[in-house]
Amino acid sequence: MKYKVNEKGYYGDFGGAYIPEMLYPNVEELRQNYLKIIDDADFQKEFHQLLKDYVGRPSPLYLAKRYSERYGANIFLKREDLNHTGAHKINNTIGQILLAEKLGKKRIIAETGAGQHGVATATVCALRNLECVIYMGEVDIERQAPNVARMKMLGAKVVPASSGSKTLKDATNEAMRDWINNPVDTHYIIGSVVGPHPYPDMVAIFQSIISEETKKQLLEQTGSDQPDYVLACVGGGSNAMGMFYHFMDDENVKLIAVEAAGKGVSSGFSAATTYLGKEGVLHGSRSILMQTPDGQVVEPHSVSAGLDYPGIGPQHAHLFKTGRGQYVSITDEESLDAGLLCTQLEGIIPAIESAHALAYLEKMEFKGGENVVVCLSGRGDKDLDTYIKYFNL
Amino acid sequence: MNRIKQLFQEKKNILSIYYTAGYPNTGDTIQIAEALEKSGADMLEIGFPYSDPVADGPVIQASSKQSLDQGMTLNLLFEQLKDLRKKVTIPVLLMGYVNPVLQFGVEKFCEACAEVGVDGCIVPDLPMVEYEEFYKDCFEKHNLSNVFLITPQTAEERIHKIDGLTNGFIYLLSSSATTGKNLEVGNTTEAYFSRIKNLNLKNPTMIGFGISDKQTFDKACSYANGAIIGTAFVKAIADGNLEESVSNFMKKFKG
Ligand SMILES: Cc1ncc(COP(=O)(O)O)c(C=O)c1O
Repeated sequence: MKYKVNEKGYYGDFGGAYIPEMLYPNVEELRQNYLKIIDDADFQKEFHQLLKDYVGRPSPLYLAKRYSERYGANIFLKREDLNHTGAHKINNTIGQILLAEKLGKKRIIAETGAGQHGVATATVCALRNLECVIYMGEVDIERQAPNVARMKMLGAKVVPASSGSKTLKDATNEAMRDWINNPVDTHYIIGSVVGPHPYPDMVAIFQSIISEETKKQLLEQTGSDQPDYVLACVGGGSNAMGMFYHFMDDENVKLIAVEAAGKGVSSGFSAATTYLGKEGVLHGSRSILMQTPDGQVVEPHSVSAGLDYPGIGPQHAHLFKTGRGQYVSITDEESLDAGLLCTQLEGIIPAIESAHALAYLEKMEFKGGENVVVCLSGRGDKDLDTYIKYFNL
Repeated sequence: MNRIKQLFQEKKNILSIYYTAGYPNTGDTIQIAEALEKSGADMLEIGFPYSDPVADGPVIQASSKQSLDQGMTLNLLFEQLKDLRKKVTIPVLLMGYVNPVLQFGVEKFCEACAEVGVDGCIVPDLPMVEYEEFYKDCFEKHNLSNVFLITPQTAEERIHKIDGLTNGFIYLLSSSATTGKNLEVGNTTEAYFSRIKNLNLKNPTMIGFGISDKQTFDKACSYANGAIIGTAFVKAIADGNLEESVSNFMKKFKG
C-alpha cells in the first residue's frame, strides 16, 4: 500500500485536487462515492460481465517467440490491443460510465488525444444511451482521422480544441471548461490517471485489471506470478498504472515506464516529462510537468498523439521520485522502427504509443531467460497513415 | 488597515475591474490602473497570465496568451508594480492560477505583493485545504487577503468555512461558469443571491462573472457590496487609445 493514495488524496508529494470552486461539488461528490460504488457487489458483477462479454477480457498474455529469440529473454505481450475498440482505454470508460449512471448523470464529456479514449467513451455512451461530447485538439483531429469518424458514427459530438498546441493538453482544458459550465448533470470521463483526486486513483483501479490478469496468466504460464520486468508507455500513464498496479508492492519486479522523447529530449520537441519537467500543478493535481521557469506549461511534441502531453499522473511522479519506477524515453523514430519490427516479427501492428514501450526492449540488456511483460496498450490501425508516410509503404 | 477592509467600510456599490497584466501591450499595466482609478473604479484585480486558464472563457484566454507571447512573467509584473503606490490609491488584488505562484515561490510571492502594495489575491485553483495548511500564515504575515469563490452549488457549510478563512471579501459567481458568460438574472439566480445575503456572512460579497452593463451592475449591487467586471472591460481595451477606451467604458457605470 506504500504507493497508493492517502486519505488526503496524495501520493507522497503529489496529487491533491487543485480545482476552481466551480468544479468542487462534482469532484467532491465523486470523492465521497467512488469507492463505495466501485466496491459494491452489483457494480463489480456488472463491470466484470461487461469486460468479459463486451470488451473480450481477459486479454491474452502472449509469449512472443521471435521477440524472445531476438532478445534472449521471455518476452510476453499483454494484448490490450485485442480489446473491443482497440486499446486499454475501454477498461476505464466501462467503469466510469457505470459509475456516472449510479450518480444519476445524463451527459458525458471527455478529452482525447489519439482518439482511443474518445472512441472508448463514445462507445460506452452508445451502449448506455447517454449524450456524449468529445474534446479533441485540432492537430489530433487531423492525424487521427479514422478515430474521429468512429466517434461521429457512434453518435458523439466531436468539438475541436483550437487553443495552445491544439493537442491533448488543450482538449483537457476545454473539457474542464465544459464541466465548469455544466455543473449539474454532466460527468467528465477523464481518460488517464491525471486530474484532481479521486481521478488518478479511480482510473488506476479500473485499469488494474491489466496486472490482475497478468499475474494469473504468468503463474499459469511460468509457474511464478513475478516477472523480472514490466514495461509500458506513459502519456498520462493509465496503461502503465494498470500494468504496474498489482506489482507495485512486489519490489523485486522492475517497473519501466517509457515516455515519448519526440525528436530527442534536448530538441525542444519532446514529451519526456520526467526528464524535462519540474514539480507543479496542471489539470487539477500536483505532479511533474514540463514548464518554463515562470510556471507556464510547455507545449510537448510526440509523433504519437496519445503520448503528446506535458505531464504525468501524480502516482507516476511518486514512483519516479521514490525510485520505485524507472522512467526512460524513446524518440519518434525509434518508436516507428519498433512498430515495424513488431509487425514483421510477430504479425501485430501496434499503436505508436505502445511501440514506444516495445522500442525500449532494444536498449535493455538481458542475462538470459528473464521474464518480461510489455503492455501492448493498443493496435495500430489508427496510425496507418503515419506508418505509411514514414516508411514510404 | 488593509485597503480592502477600509473600502468596504466606507463604500457601497463597489465597482471592481479585472484586467490582464501586459495586455494589450506589455507596458500598459500601470497606465490602465491609473486610468481606471481616475475614471472611478473602486478596486482593481490585475490578472497574471497563465498558459492553461481552465476557469476562463475565450476573451480572457486570448488576453492571457497575447500577454504571455509578448513576454509577461511574474518577475516582470512585480517590476512594473514597483511604483504602484505612488500612482494608485485604491485596493489592488492579483488574480491568477497557482502554478506560476508555486514556481515563483509562495513566500517570495507574498513578500513581493506586500512590497509593491498589493492588498490581496485571488487564486481560483488553490484549494481551501491547501491554503489553510500551507499558505495562510504567509498571506496573513504579509497582510494579504485571500479571496475565495462560491457558486450556486457551494454548500452552506462550506460557505461558512470560507467566510471564516478569509478577511477580504467573498467572490460570488453568478453561476457556475467560465469567465465571460452573460449574467442572466432569473428567479433562481435571485434566489441564490438572496440566500447568500441572508446568511449574514462576516465578509462582504462581490458578484462577478458576466456583469457587462449598468443594468446588471445595479442588479448585482442590490444583493451584494458590489460587482466585478472582467471580460467586458478586457474586450473594451483591445484596441484604440487606452485612456479613452477606459474612460468611455467607465462612463457606462459611473455616468
Ligand atoms: C494505445 C494507447 N496507448 C497509450 C496511450 C497513452 O495513455 P496512457 O498513458 O494513459 O495509457 C494512449 C492514449 O491515447 C493510447 O491510445
